[in-house]
Amino acid sequence: MSITIENLAKLRHFAGVENDRLAGLPQLFNQKPFVKGQTIVSEGDKQENLYFVNAGVVKIFKTSSEGKEQIIIIVRPGESFNDIAVFGSGYSPYSAQALGNIVIYWIHKNDLLPFMEKNWKVARNALAIVSEQERMLLTLIEDLSFKNVTGRVAKILLQNSEPGPDGFQKLTQYEMAAMAGTAREVVGRSLKSLEENGVISLERHRIVIKNKELLTQLAGLN
Amino acid sequence: MPVMPIFDQAKCDGCGLCVTVCRCGALVMTEKMVAIIQVDSCGWCTDCELVCATGALQCPFEIVMSEG
Ligand code: SF4
Ligand code: SF4
Repeated sequence: MSITIENLAKLRHFAGVENDRLAGLPQLFNQKPFVKGQTIVSEGDKQENLYFVNAGVVKIFKTSSEGKEQIIIIVRPGESFNDIAVFGSGYSPYSAQALGNIVIYWIHKNDLLPFMEKNWKVARNALAIVSEQERMLLTLIEDLSFKNVTGRVAKILLQNSEPGPDGFQKLTQYEMAAMAGTAREVVGRSLKSLEENGVISLERHRIVIKNKELLTQLAGLN
Repeated sequence: MPVMPIFDQAKCDGCGLCVTVCRCGALVMTEKMVAIIQVDSCGWCTDCELVCATGALQCPFEIVMSEG
């Protein structure tokens, strides 16, 4: 199926732009389906395409030298990724992977930039999006470096480990994130690191506290 | 019967993203509405909760103290 102006009008970069100004733009776009788990962009790649999710969800993440993954953001339909590389050095600072079967649209920097020069609204949208991404990244840095999220998660687990009158207490990762004052992605990482250190084990819909003493120490409660 | 993620129909906008990420076939789209089928293969990856922007899907964890 070919890309239409109506398809592009749904992308955040082109929001509020009159359809006649988008004439000629579909021809500059490409599209491709990706299957679940497929990598679209690898960290460090020279990548000068601005990617948009048309259908499905993309996971943006960084991987440490020990292979630990930190999800940075989930990109949903209409949203973009690789903006940092396109408007900067051309090298992607993160990896992008299809979370399910997806369809991606993309436009090369050399086609996009001249179009933006002639269309101030698109440039303004792009600036707003990059600024939003920067704010999100700063919050993530703050959470990962200044807040002891693992300690807070440890405390939340301990405080909710006593069964109530209706049985075991239950918490989602979103609820734990709200309680710890952080993002769900950061809680996910903390739970994984607690599991790797043998403090808890994740057993399907259960978090089993295996080492209460260590968890108490991490929570700063002793 | 296996415990399955919790679905709140009132919050679901029918976007279908959860169905695209689920690896066990537990989530199906019927008439712009999601239905959950009880399957043993749901490994509680929580991806459906992760991608749902409206909070219609929840994968809560029971917090249990080890016996040993
Ligand atoms: S992702 Fe959420 S809102 Fe979208 S179909 Fe699934 S349950 Fe409904
Ligand atoms: S937790 Fe994972 S496997 Fe289970 S229903 Fe959700 S997406 Fe599917």
